[in-house]
This record gives sequence, C-alpha cells and structure tokens, in this order.
Amino acid sequence: MSAGTPPLTGPPNPQAKALNCPSCGAAITLRSFQQAVTVVCDSCHSILDAKDPNLQILQKFAVAVGEGHPLIPLGTRGKMRGVDYEVIGFQRRSIKVEGIRYDWHEYLLFNPYKGFRYLTEYQGHWNDVVVCKELPLISSSALSSMPATANYFGEIYKHFQTSDANTNFVLGEFPWQVRVGEHATVTDYVRPPRMLSSEKTGNEVSWSLGEYMYGADIWKAFNLSGSPPEAIGVYENQPSPVSANVKYVWASFGIFLALLLALMIFFDVTARKELVFHSSYQVIPGESKTEASFVTDIFELKGRTSNVEVTTSANVRNNWIYLNYALINQNTGQAWDFGREVSFYSGYDSDGSWSEGSDHDSVVVPSVPPGHYYLRIEPETTPRHPNISYSVDVKRDVPVSMFFLLAFLALLVPAVLISFRALAFERSRWSESDHPPIKLSQSEDDN
Amino acid sequence: MTQPVSNCPNCGAKIVFRWSSCVQTVCQYCKSILVRTDVDLTKVGQVADLPPDSSPIQLNTEGIYRNKAFVVAGRILYEYDQGGWNEWHIVMNDGASAWLSDAQDEYAISFAAAAQNLPSASQIEVGQQYTWSNQRYTLSVITPAHYRGVEGELPFQYWDKTDVTFADFRTESGKFATLDYSDEQPTLYLGEFVEFDDLKLKNLRQFEGWS
Repeated sequence: MSAGTPPLTGPPNPQAKALNCPSCGAAITLRSFQQAVTVVCDSCHSILDAKDPNLQILQKFAVAVGEGHPLIPLGTRGKMRGVDYEVIGFQRRSIKVEGIRYDWHEYLLFNPYKGFRYLTEYQGHWNDVVVCKELPLISSSALSSMPATANYFGEIYKHFQTSDANTNFVLGEFPWQVRVGEHATVTDYVRPPRMLSSEKTGNEVSWSLGEYMYGADIWKAFNLSGSPPEAIGVYENQPSPVSANVKYVWASFGIFLALLLALMIFFDVTARKELVFHSSYQVIPGESKTEASFVTDIFELKGRTSNVEVTTSANVRNNWIYLNYALINQNTGQAWDFGREVSFYSGYDSDGSWSEGSDHDSVVVPSVPPGHYYLRIEPETTPRHPNISYSVDVKRDVPVSMFFLLAFLALLVPAVLISFRALAFERSRWSESDHPPIKLSQSEDDN
Repeated sequence: MTQPVSNCPNCGAKIVFRWSSCVQTVCQYCKSILVRTDVDLTKVGQVADLPPDSSPIQLNTEGIYRNKAFVVAGRILYEYDQGGWNEWHIVMNDGASAWLSDAQDEYAISFAAAAQNLPSASQIEVGQQYTWSNQRYTLSVITPAHYRGVEGELPFQYWDKTDVTFADFRTESGKFATLDYSDEQPTLYLGEFVEFDDLKLKNLRQFEGWS
C-alpha cells in the first residue's frame, strides 16, 4: 500500500462461535465458521438454520435413549493425509435389504483451508471419503448377468449395490440442509481398497471416492483412547489380505518353475547316461532255488560319485519274477542290496480287458563312488513257472525326475492354497452385494 | 509496472488499481461502487457490509496457476439455499483476467470463453450435454442464486443484480464449465478444479485456533 493511505483493518479472523439453542437453551458451538448451513442441538435434537441469526428451528427429531453416539466425539481433531481436520458433524444412515436394516455412521471432517472430507464406519470398517469433482463414466455390461462398471481416471470399479439410504440421526453441523428422514439412492462401485459412491436425490447426483481404512489407523490419527470396534465380516472395498500375495506367489511359482526346468535340462544334458552293463539270463524250471544266485562280469563306473540305474526286463505273462540284487564294489567289498519284482497280469472280466504291472522295472541307486563293480543276482519265481528270460541293464549317472516332481509340488501347494484363500475372501465380499456369487453346492442353501 | 492511481469521488481516498484493465472497483473506505471511465471514476452505488464469510482467500492473496503468478483483485459473493460462495477475480501476471471460485473450500479456476449456441435459461435441464472447445460437458446442477455483494476490482460492471441463475457442467476429467445467466446473454466460463496446495497461496486469512 502506498504511503499516505491509512492502514485498513480487514474483517476479524473467523473464530468458532458459541450459540444457544432457541428451543432448550443448551450451548452450541459452530466450528466451521460461516460454512455451517444447519446445526443440530445435542440436547433437544432440534435441527437449526445456522444461516439465520435467530437459529430458526427447521426440524425436531426423536431419539431413543442411548442411541448412536459418535465413536469420535465432535470437536476432536486428527491428522488425515498430513492435514489437520476437526470432527464437526455426525450422522447415522441406514439401508434396508430384504427387510433387514443395516446402519452405518458418517463423520464430517473440516479444515478451514482444505474444506470437508468424511469418515464412514460400518461394523468396524472405515472409509476415508472425499467428494469427486469429476464424473465417473458408467457402462452397463452387455451381459445382464455381469455388474455395471464405473470408469474413474482410467480405473474400473465394479457395481456392488444400489439401495435406498435413509438418514436416522444427525449431530453437529453440516454445510448443507440436513434432515432426519431424508432419502437418497446410493450406488456403490468397488475396486478395493477404493470405492465410488453416487448419491441421488431428486435429479441431482453427487459422487464420492472412498478409501478403506483400518480402525487402528483412525484411532491413531485422532489420538483416541481405547480400541476401535472390531471389524465384522468382509466389507465391500476391504483389501483382501491375500490378493496381493496371490500375484506374488504365482509370480514366484513361475520364476522357480523356470529355474527348475532349467536345472532339469541342465542335469539331463550333463548326465552321462552311460550303459555300462547289459546281459540276458534265463530262469530254467526245475533248477534248485538255493543255487540260483550268480555274479555278473565286472563293469566300471566312471566319473564322480553319482547314481546307478538298474533296469530289469522280463518276458513275464501272468507270472512274476523276483530278483535279489547286490551291487558290489570289487575293491572295497561295499555292497548295495535291493530286491526288485517284475510282474505282469492281464485278463478279461465283465468290465472288459484289464492288465496290471509291467514287463520291466527300474531302480536308481544313489551316491555310488566310481570304481569296478559287479552284480550278484538271485532270481526267484513260482516253482511252476515256464521259462522266464530276463535282461539286466546298468546305466551310470541318469537324470532323476522325482526330485523335480517333489520340488514342483512344494512350489505348487502354497500357490494353490493362497489362491483358494483369496477366492474365499472375494466370495465373502460379493455375497453381500447385488451380485452374489453362485453358490457352490445345494447344501449351502440348506444351512 | 506502475499502477494507475485515482481518488474516490465520494470520500477522496486514494484508489490504487491492481489491474490496469479494471472496469469497476469498490472504495475500501466508504464502500462506494466506482465505475471507471476514460477520464475519471463515477460512483454508481454503495455496498452494504458483506456478511462474514469464511473463505481463506482475501483481496491481495497471491498464488500460482500454470506457472503464472496471480493476485486476487476483487470478488463477487453469491448466496443460495445451501450457503454462499465466492467468485474471486484474479489477475494473472500476463494481464489476463480469470476467476478463482471457492465453494465450501472446493476451488476452481475458470476463464470467460467465447462460444456460439449457448442455451437460454429456459432451455437448460440437468443431464444435458454440450460440446465447447472439443470437450463434452454434462450439466450437473442448476443453481438459482442471489447476488450478495462485490469487493475490489472487476472486469465489468456488476453491482445492481438480484437473482441470478448458474448452470454447472462437469466432465470425466477435472474440467468444468459454468453458464452465467446474470445478463440477457448467457456468459460461458470454462475451467478446471484445482487443489488448494497446488495454488501455493500466500497472504491467506487466519482462522482462530488453526495454523
């Protein structure tokens, strides 16, 4: 301001205003300065015209004893997203679905610079809500069974519920004309942890965007004593505790599966798979059992300590042969004993043809050091057997797929379990919506 | 830039213009509404004391919009059945004139726009769609309002109004439009919603108990 002009005193700084209810004389504080349009007397439940110097009574409503007092008292200040807000208004609203009334609470928050925002609470589930300045784009699905969607800043929200909301109880002050008994059509679209809600009164539609909050965080933000009410059930935009894990676990599964396949290929390529011994034998009928044991020629197992695969093939047809094997190190005398059976049966019955068993058998002996070895073989079979010829193959260093199969299952099981948990959570969420999931079985209906 | 200076024809107080293109101003001392002609200032009316309001913005509040500094030079105050709102006349540092509206601490900046085919007050209905400057706008609310007063410098004469009608249009983006039916010919304003913090406002009002 240029020299010579006396300083002007502007209007005084706005301050919270103390008033008295014209109906009962109780003290009323106006916390949102001139923003208040209606204010409610806590003592006699008169809704007053805050714009009127005489606080004209607009409506009086009856309240049952001990009915719905706010969990966060009016006048409490807290920090939401780094900004101080004061709780200035409270209302309880309800919807009726299939004859059952569901109540929720709305807290109106105020900051003289940043304006208004809301906290909503339903059975311990909280939402931080701001009014949308932009219009979401609604598209109803071509398939009538699919819920409509709302596109808000490129993100798709799914229709959850449309219902008629009724205002049952109000307290504090509001920057709009609030009345008990007022109806609005409320439509929710969800994209956890957010939800879009539209409220339609007359032909005016307003939109708000909510973000799910945990009671503990509200208690911390407003420095409240005690603990928040426990959250009951699954709320429409409650983030699934496992849905983030589902993506993670399947991503990990994919990565480890790729690693596993790479390892399998590596071991398969680098395995020697060397045939070190092959021989054929016959069990001749009538030969004494005690003398059946014999030893094979000596063969060499090369390379590092590794496995040995012994494959037995026999021309069994509706009979069996059992072989007691010992893999023996020629130098140290160390022996690996194992017994293998080869049997094959087939026939016809009322269901058609059947078969059981196989004409060959493989076994892998792990961790066999290099050296010179031989096999001691003792075949057994039924005394009435016909001639059975069989052959024995010894392979050094074969790839073993069993380990990989176990590793695959160890990866798969947690991924499937977490996916099932996530699915159960989503079913529980949507069971409360206008689009409940199809019941899995009839028995659920009976319960 | 030297600011034009004049004297109030009513009380003689010095009038310093923040904006050289100002058409109407209000003497801060005697509240006379003054209209600027080529030669002098003429008193056309008198502003009754404005009702107390709680906009954090006031005359001389400074801010930044799209990298341009602006200063609040004047305002028009309206009332409707859900309260009141302010249209703050802001002057950008390139001389452009714009409006910063504050409706219950929801802020938006708009500029007067030239457009053909503006609907008349009797033609408008909520839900109608119009396209201006290649943007589709949806009429979201029609507000019958009441002119309550003016302060500071305005780009036009505006002081003898009573009931006025506004039609607000929204979009899927942050853009909005307003049709102002204060005069015979509607006036179109196109703009966008802005975040309080983004305007980096200085010289704001103080509220008791709030910092």
